[in-house]
Amino acid sequence: MPIFGKPKYTVVKVSRKKTMPEGLWTKCEDCGEIVYNKVLEENFRVCPKCQYHFILTASQRIALLTDGSSFKAFEDGLRSLDPLKFKGPKGSYPEKLKEDQILTNLEEAALCGRARLEGKKIVLGVTDSRFMMGSMGSVVGEKVTRAIECATAESLPLIIVSGSGGGARMQEGMLSLMQMVKTSAALAKHDDAKLPFISVLTNPTMAGVMASFASLGDVILAEPKALIGFTGPRVIEQTIHQRLPQGFQRSEFLLEHGFVDRVVHRKALKSMLAQLLDYFGGTKGKKS
Amino acid sequence: MAEIWLDFERPIVELERHIEELRIIGTQGEFEVKEEIERLEKKAVKLRKEVYTNLTPWQRVQLSRHPRRPYTLDYIKEITDEFVELHGDRYFGDDAAIVAGLGRMGGRSLIIIGHQKGRSTSEKVERNFGMPHPEGYRKALRVMQMAAKFGKPILSLVDTPGAYPGIGAEERGQAEAIARNLREISILPVPIIVVITGEGGSGGALAIAVGDRVFMMQYAIYSVISPEGCASILWRDAAKASEAAEALKLTARDLLKFGIIDGIIEEPVGGAHRNPGEAARRVKEVVLNSLEDLNPHSPEELVRRRIEKFSKMGVYKE
Ligand SMILES: [Zn+2]
Repeated sequence: MPIFGKPKYTVVKVSRKKTMPEGLWTKCEDCGEIVYNKVLEENFRVCPKCQYHFILTASQRIALLTDGSSFKAFEDGLRSLDPLKFKGPKGSYPEKLKEDQILTNLEEAALCGRARLEGKKIVLGVTDSRFMMGSMGSVVGEKVTRAIECATAESLPLIIVSGSGGGARMQEGMLSLMQMVKTSAALAKHDDAKLPFISVLTNPTMAGVMASFASLGDVILAEPKALIGFTGPRVIEQTIHQRLPQGFQRSEFLLEHGFVDRVVHRKALKSMLAQLLDYFGGTKGKKS
Repeated sequence: MAEIWLDFERPIVELERHIEELRIIGTQGEFEVKEEIERLEKKAVKLRKEVYTNLTPWQRVQLSRHPRRPYTLDYIKEITDEFVELHGDRYFGDDAAIVAGLGRMGGRSLIIIGHQKGRSTSEKVERNFGMPHPEGYRKALRVMQMAAKFGKPILSLVDTPGAYPGIGAEERGQAEAIARNLREISILPVPIIVVITGEGGSGGALAIAVGDRVFMMQYAIYSVISPEGCASILWRDAAKASEAAEALKLTARDLLKFGIIDGIIEEPVGGAHRNPGEAARRVKEVVLNSLEDLNPHSPEELVRRRIEKFSKMGVYKE
């Protein structure tokens, strides 16, 4: 049953054997439905049949949640280095960074800045899970921390949209792990200043990101069916030698177990955030 | 158990045994063994030097996991005059993979927490191989917050392969428990000393490893991911763990260089398991000195410095 009334578009079923023209259709990763790209875009990149939420890029996410061109990214110029001179099996870490910079048109896996959401001033951080699986190295940790500190210093509400399958970034070793402390400690100060932080969890939010700032919202919202947890499902299966139950570590599972406040459809996310910001009060930005 | 030695230790241990046998023979007075003992002891010194000055990161990983290595309760027994263990997280249960309690050491009272591994098969299972569930982290936080309430310093001993990857752990919020600890421990208004005694396994270690002074034992490791886990992701082959151990820069010396830890506690020759009493004595000395150093700071100053210390961690270009 569609949550938001009858869809106004047609879903075209195409035999999977037929070749599809590139760029016109997308196959739903969850139900396998073939969806017109135009329809997908109009529907906030949510499958009209099964409501599967496709992963958004950082800029799509910002466009979804902020007013017009109100988002102003912090111009921090932060760039990752290769402090470990990480020796993996193939390709260097700087090469991988460059590859993902070209792919995503982002400098790093996080993008933070000031913005307005239904007129309200906020500090917004988003991660892009296409960039090294949205993993947190020194730069992502520093960007998120500065975003938190900016919100605290300017008495603004903070919203962070997480999407990280990778957690702490292996290629920066323990420097990555320490970003969990850095971001969490900054949130402790934000908390102490009695300012709101709303954490939005998207598919996937795992490991070091979920075990730090993403879990620390005053309110925690999740998009439907997002994979959320600490250890990845494959590692758990290998450890316990059994198959995981259907729906394990999905948003609805976390809602059931008390770790998210609400599961919110992408279409309703912006208005839900605006509604929550209204409740926390005293944070409405001055008209400029 | 008694016969578990690592490959690179075995020649040394065998040589030491041989020397010991000769000593016993010597006491019986039938043979002249003094010269032979001296010769072999010189050989042993040389052998130890050869082996332990050039340990590879992977050999250090093996030492950090050595089945004879002293665990948290072994250290507690050696360094405290008295220890009262406290149990339970007050929500769900008591996790035996983390111990917590009140102790007396060098005339001070303090709170001690730490991961606990088991030694016998049944104890290993009971302690879940030192891999905590959320209850363990919540127990640790509860007791640490109690320390803050009564103005007691905290000593945290870290030794875990990682937080337990299981169904119950996820159902009960493993990630939330770790995150909450990081936020709350970073603002506890009492001195916190952390010693990584064995394995510092990622977030599962970090959840009780935020402190004003963080030390590593010489042969401890501290890593964002296990070498096996890293190898299976990047090399698609867990057998490449030794290469991953090299790449991850997980040794005490590397981490001191990156500013992740504040100091290294030298272990007795061959590692803490070769002389647990001496290893514990050195831990105690470092902890007492650190508490002395931190003594002049007000609670606010402690918290401010602690947050500043962790805020500086990271390497990037601006
Ligand atoms: Zn679908």
